[in-house]
Amino acid sequence: MFSIRAVKRRNGFTLDVAIEVSTSGVVGLFGRSGCGKTTLVNIVAGLLAADEAHVEIDGVVLEDSRSKTRLPAERRRIGYVFQDARLFPHLDALANLRYAERRAHGVEKRISLDFVVQLLGLEPFLQRRVQQLSGGERQRVALGRALLSQPRLLLLDEPLASLDIARREEVLPYLERLRDELSIPMIYVSHQFEEVLRLATHAVLLERGHVITQGSLEDVSLHPDLRAIVGPEAVGSVLTGTVEPHGADIAGLAAIRVGANVLHVALRDARAGASVRVQLLARDVILATARPENISVRNVMTGTIARIAGDDADTDMVHVDIGGPLVLARVTRAASAALNLQQGKQVWVLVKAVSIRGHAYVRNPPPPGSIHKLTY
Amino acid sequence: MSGPELEALRLSLAVALRSVLASLPLAVAVAWLLARRKFIGRMFLDAFVHLPLVLPPVVVGYLLLLLFGMRGPLGHWLYEHFGIQLIFTTAGAALATAVMTFPLMVRAIRISLEGVDPGLEDAARTLGAGPWDRFFTITLPLMLPGILAGVVTAFAAGLGEFGAVITFVSNIPGQTRTLPIALYTALQQPDGDALAARLAAMSFSLGMIGLLISEFIARRVQRMLGR
Repeated sequence: MFSIRAVKRRNGFTLDVAIEVSTSGVVGLFGRSGCGKTTLVNIVAGLLAADEAHVEIDGVVLEDSRSKTRLPAERRRIGYVFQDARLFPHLDALANLRYAERRAHGVEKRISLDFVVQLLGLEPFLQRRVQQLSGGERQRVALGRALLSQPRLLLLDEPLASLDIARREEVLPYLERLRDELSIPMIYVSHQFEEVLRLATHAVLLERGHVITQGSLEDVSLHPDLRAIVGPEAVGSVLTGTVEPHGADIAGLAAIRVGANVLHVALRDARAGASVRVQLLARDVILATARPENISVRNVMTGTIARIAGDDADTDMVHVDIGGPLVLARVTRAASAALNLQQGKQVWVLVKAVSIRGHAYVRNPPPPGSIHKLTY
Repeated sequence: MSGPELEALRLSLAVALRSVLASLPLAVAVAWLLARRKFIGRMFLDAFVHLPLVLPPVVVGYLLLLLFGMRGPLGHWLYEHFGIQLIFTTAGAALATAVMTFPLMVRAIRISLEGVDPGLEDAARTLGAGPWDRFFTITLPLMLPGILAGVVTAFAAGLGEFGAVITFVSNIPGQTRTLPIALYTALQQPDGDALAARLAAMSFSLGMIGLLISEFIARRVQRMLGR
């Protein structure tokens, strides 16, 4: 639970942000580069002075301009994972971890060195010099180091941005584990919507120093301004559902209940009961005005057109209510006219199981024999 | 080697060592100010520190004489309160040497400090390290190569400091007659050629040894820092 308010003017750029989060999950701070994401997290961490700020975490006020309270960064207990890891080059991996551990003495110790080593799989390279670590390994050590400072809040500033795609896939599962096994609130800064989709429970959309919208990922995914930031190809509604009791891994497909519908998603090793988030890209959603027969598409749902918004010169963004959540479909004006699509009309929504993307587990039930749970 | 040569050698080493040890903390502080702080008068401080590089050494010696002479404001005060006399003493020679080699030391330390990513200090801050903690555990170890380079350069240059020393503390055997001053004195005497040659050879060897040691240390430190 935290609330942040920050105002900073610099060289004609104004950052003016208020964020209020009442859950302990991951907040995805999302926006294009230069929108003020890093400036904001630096203010929260206490590394940058704001013109006006209020930072409060779990009822503890760390900064408040009105009462002239400003805790220095070193006393805030806010963990920070930088884009470039910033491991201390004259120390090995273990000594980097110990550096944080030693300075957190006097704080109620909830995260131990052993736990961090186990959680992030650091054992094989603890004795290695920082220069001998791969980019992914460095970020894992940096994560562990930030955790050992026993943070009240963890800031992750594009921790995957300097890694190639293979390394990202290596680090992402650890971030998911972190989210699922610890209940430390996190702010995850990114300009990749897919990362936010996979990790965040709450999203804040930042543009030119201002919050455009914030809320659940499901709601933010429907916001019209998202298109300008992620591009038309990446727009699509986000849905959260639960893996059906007997719906896990039937020939590589998982059956996921979303409201009144069951979606079939190409997803292996899903566990029954797990909460799963998917994104249906608007460009991959097909609309039909009659029930299609004999086709390979696995997901055929009925819905009602809630509204039609213009997308660009030649396409429309059709919002379809499928009995609760909304699904976005990007269709050409020509198709829209041919099918006579209009508000209130009943349509069939078709989505291929293989084109549903970003299948992220949220709050996966822990597998049997998983590492010891922390109670927070 | 005979008495006067050994004495000059011992004096030179003592003067250089004392000047380096005394000026090191101040050099680190000034380098840090110049590299990390923005303040009014920074350019002035920068110029002031570098002044001994461009002034004739005799001018530096003369200014020291004015300040630290028995009737100079600082010299008088030091003698009255602490019984310290700098003029005509080895300590005074070390002071003149320290002033002359100060810019060399500051320069080397500052360059290495500018190579230390302030982002690492920020990272240490977020882990709970206060200002002194950060300085001694992150900044100082990372600027160690520059400090060592500065120390060795200042020491080597200090062995040969002539103009400022002879102007400030004169030429007193066993007190202020260091290698270069002994060499100069030998050249003034009709039968001093052999002595001068030996002193020159000693200076030469000392310089070589100093440079080799500095190179060796630099490599060890680089490896220690994992570069």
